[in-house]
Amino acid sequence: MLKIVVCVKAVPDPKEAHKIKIDPVTKTLMRSDVPLVLNLMDKNAMEAALQLKEQLDAHITVLSMGPPPAGNVVKECLALGADHGYLLTDQAFGGADAYATAYTLAQGIEKIGEYDVVLCGMASSDGSTEWVGPQIATVLKIPVVTRVKELVEYGGQWWQVKAGMENGYRLVRVKLPAVLTVSRELNTPRTLSFSGIIKARKKEITAWGINQLGLPEESVGQKGSPTIVSDLDSLTSRRTVEIISGTREEKAEQLVNKLADAGVI
Amino acid sequence: MKKQDSPVWVIAEQIDCQVLAVSFQLIGQARKLAAELGTCVEVVLLGDNISEQARQLIAAGADKVYLGNAPDLAFYQPEIYTEIIVKLAKERRPEIMLIGSTSAGTELAPLIAAGLETGLTAHCIDLLLDENKILISKIPAYGGLLSIICPEKRPQMATIATGVFTSPHPDESRTGEIVPLKVPAELPGRIQTLKVVREEPEGVPLESAPIVVAGGAGAGDRKGWGMIADLAQTLNAALGSTRPAVDEGWTELETMIGQSGKMVSPELYIGVGLSGELQHMVGIVGAKVMVAVNNDAKSQVFEQVDYGIVDDCREFVPVLIEKIKEYREKLVTC
Repeated sequence: MLKIVVCVKAVPDPKEAHKIKIDPVTKTLMRSDVPLVLNLMDKNAMEAALQLKEQLDAHITVLSMGPPPAGNVVKECLALGADHGYLLTDQAFGGADAYATAYTLAQGIEKIGEYDVVLCGMASSDGSTEWVGPQIATVLKIPVVTRVKELVEYGGQWWQVKAGMENGYRLVRVKLPAVLTVSRELNTPRTLSFSGIIKARKKEITAWGINQLGLPEESVGQKGSPTIVSDLDSLTSRRTVEIISGTREEKAEQLVNKLADAGVI
Repeated sequence: MKKQDSPVWVIAEQIDCQVLAVSFQLIGQARKLAAELGTCVEVVLLGDNISEQARQLIAAGADKVYLGNAPDLAFYQPEIYTEIIVKLAKERRPEIMLIGSTSAGTELAPLIAAGLETGLTAHCIDLLLDENKILISKIPAYGGLLSIICPEKRPQMATIATGVFTSPHPDESRTGEIVPLKVPAELPGRIQTLKVVREEPEGVPLESAPIVVAGGAGAGDRKGWGMIADLAQTLNAALGSTRPAVDEGWTELETMIGQSGKMVSPELYIGVGLSGELQHMVGIVGAKVMVAVNNDAKSQVFEQVDYGIVDDCREFVPVLIEKIKEYREKLVTC
């Protein structure tokens, strides 16, 4: 049986994320009540797992790290068809950078036990570093392929995948167990079904904290993070705008004239 | 004599034996940091048949080039590349390591950082040293700029997009040392890049286009997006996008401009139906004339452009296209 672990992240809803701003005076983040949602590209990772399960004998475990409300995105993945959900949640995990996040997730994967494929979205909509997948692989001492946009050969011990790159792709041969981070091009994620939501009610989410993972405090969260945010600045450099007014035709004509005068069209 | 320890490193990248522009740009910035730190610039270059390219790196500002020159290194191979660089970094203990945020660099950088158990920053738009000579990575987020540091672990690593820094003028008279690297023989061999396939991009390339038209969520749907694409075509401009437009599936990731996309510096930039999020706007700082079309007069995009049109872009763009065509026709008849 193919054992799949899908790592997902609860991110501020991208449609409302612009409401999170830096207070220019206190230099802290002003968090309005932006809801947490399942990171968009993690839906592609989840869809890849579900398609593999439809074709092969597979078991899907979903894993996330975050505050207790992040449990909702794990629940969403269970409703999509995952078999089991884990949420790594602890005050001590707070303030983690990409490395501490990857380290903690990797410890969670080790504790879950056997795994053949770890799937992650290529990037999160909030940090979008693309670091977590490769760094999970490093901690687990297994190979990784990032930006996977097509599974060419799969099912056996060696897989072949296309990894997206500038104006083309790399054809990569990789031996399981491996981490794959997936791009949006890989598939079209399915939407939640009512029966899925009903079935998910019976599935459980296991919550693990620092004690269950048996980790020292200095290895996780802010303490386990090599990088820190040392300062926040609101931006000041701006251009002086000229708003062009009039009817729609007048505005268009004036704009064309101004751009022609500037010699740019 | 400059001191040789705690050097500033650049991991250079070549494709088909061509060193990428971003590698030269990073060497230029590494020189500035090394001057302040009183140390030297060392560059790692891996590939096949690339001895001459090592000379170019010295002309650009490298004091020393570690050159891995072997058929197995011809294109990016995650296992061998990571192994070579991590091992060498453990010996040479660089203070700073800079990597271009290409697709290969974006995979390689976190593998090296995790291998060295050190910190890595992404999407930097500036790199400078604080009063304690600690590297500050400036990263746009939340409508402002974050300063991120790696206070204890070394090297301090960062990835930077093409076009953030300018390429130094090559100085052919510069001298430097070329140190050949051995390719490690004993590797697990669990991953292999079999081939690299290039697909010709459609349309005008973003990075070199004199005019860029970028669209955002305000397009509303595919039809609205089509109008923005028509505007780009009318102007013979490259078509760019924001992340929401990519997420909606109207366009490909390759068209995304900004922090995690491409950096452009056109003569003219027209942003249509986008809100001026910093993550996008940092990609266009080099533009000469900037225009925004947005139906919200209070949108922050109007604080960042030269000309603003407050209007529904789906109504305005077709009219603008007509006016541009009229203007062009007039030019021909005069």
